[in-house]
Amino acid sequence: MARYDRAITVFSPDGHLFQVEYALEAVRKGNAAVGVRGTDIVVLGVEKKSAAKLQDSRSVRKIVSLDDHVALACAGLKADARVLINRARIECQSHRLTVEDPVTVEYITRYIAGLQQKYTQSGGVRPFGLSTLIIGFDPYTGVPSLYQTDPSGTFSAWKANATGRNSNSMREFLEKNYKESSGQETVKLAIRALLEVVESGGKNIEVAVMTKEHGLRQLEEAEIDAIVAEIESEKAAAEAAKKPPAPAPKET
Amino acid sequence: MECVFGLVGNDFAVVVADTSAVHSILVHKSNEDKIMILDSHKLIAASGEPGDRVQFTEYIQKNVALYQFRNGIPLTTAAAANFTRGELATALRKNPYSVNILLAGYDKETGPSLYYIDYIATLHKVDKGAFGYGSYFSLSLMDRHYHSGMTVEEAIDLVDKCIMEIRSRLVVAPPNFVIKIVDKDGAKEYAWRESVKDAAVASA
Repeated sequence: MARYDRAITVFSPDGHLFQVEYALEAVRKGNAAVGVRGTDIVVLGVEKKSAAKLQDSRSVRKIVSLDDHVALACAGLKADARVLINRARIECQSHRLTVEDPVTVEYITRYIAGLQQKYTQSGGVRPFGLSTLIIGFDPYTGVPSLYQTDPSGTFSAWKANATGRNSNSMREFLEKNYKESSGQETVKLAIRALLEVVESGGKNIEVAVMTKEHGLRQLEEAEIDAIVAEIESEKAAAEAAKKPPAPAPKET
Repeated sequence: MECVFGLVGNDFAVVVADTSAVHSILVHKSNEDKIMILDSHKLIAASGEPGDRVQFTEYIQKNVALYQFRNGIPLTTAAAANFTRGELATALRKNPYSVNILLAGYDKETGPSLYYIDYIATLHKVDKGAFGYGSYFSLSLMDRHYHSGMTVEEAIDLVDKCIMEIRSRLVVAPPNFVIKIVDKDGAKEYAWRESVKDAAVASA
């Protein structure tokens, strides 16, 4: 018992918690993940690193359901994610059992963030090396939400956000291009943000969409390819429009 | 005096429960639904101590839901029945639950099934089963009229015969019953059989 009560996450002289900051480094090395909130839909997109030839890619699901109306994607240490996701799923059912109500997105985000914080202030443990993007609909008002948590245990709500590899470029893109949208437009924005940093193609991104009526739906590779093709053609059209008109042939 | 019974048909299972909530000589209400929808294709009809009944079946329901989220696929009816029995068995020699359960379900691969689980954690897979004083009547009737592969109409006809027998022969017979059915399309309420409606509250 005595061996496991020494704190591992302690303050540095200038007020940093280095273990937490190193955990954030682990997140920065994880695969890119993006979330966008629309008026009637919330979208999560995750980069899929090219699967090894012999690996069954269906067994690697990066966007998971926590409950019928809440889903999560993360960037960072995937093994840590499994633990957090399991605890969150149990809490979703436990909440339903004790108060006969489904969780709100904020409640479960606060729970996950609280768990992450606990591991920065407990003996013998290290922080979780992942940031999460949590989406869902409020079970009563039907309002969609997007939240993010990080290894320090802070959380906040977002209209659109990105985490993991190259999250800064994705966030910059989102800040420049975000506007209130719904349905397919929201999906396109999420994929466009991902394509800024990920090799183009349906087999390199995993996208899931949540609506109030149908819950979480994972998009098929063919669907993603179709949307990517749409985005590419829109981009090409925009480029063509920007080019100055060809100069008129000179009369000799 | 709680009556719960059920049977398996050709590609469905039906369970019936009385709907009276009784405390000593007082009837609290006569529209208490004792058949819980466990998940999309399972029903739990429970009878016994009211607190235990609700507490235990809700606990099973949430754990079945958790399994589905963790594993991406629902539990089979057999697995759910064995899990339920296991929970009863674990609690038995410390804090036993006084709940009798008929668990009906439909699985795509194996079709409809019915499980008899009593309060001391007996588990039997059955074609027809019943609990309570009503079982003296419903089991006898089902033994006489049941055959495998009954249609919904035939099964409901048998159910109605059982309800009539209970109403006429059981000294403190419950007035109302609820019938729920589970088939390939899911678990749903089939009908109520009411002989006493709770009086509507008179307007002020």
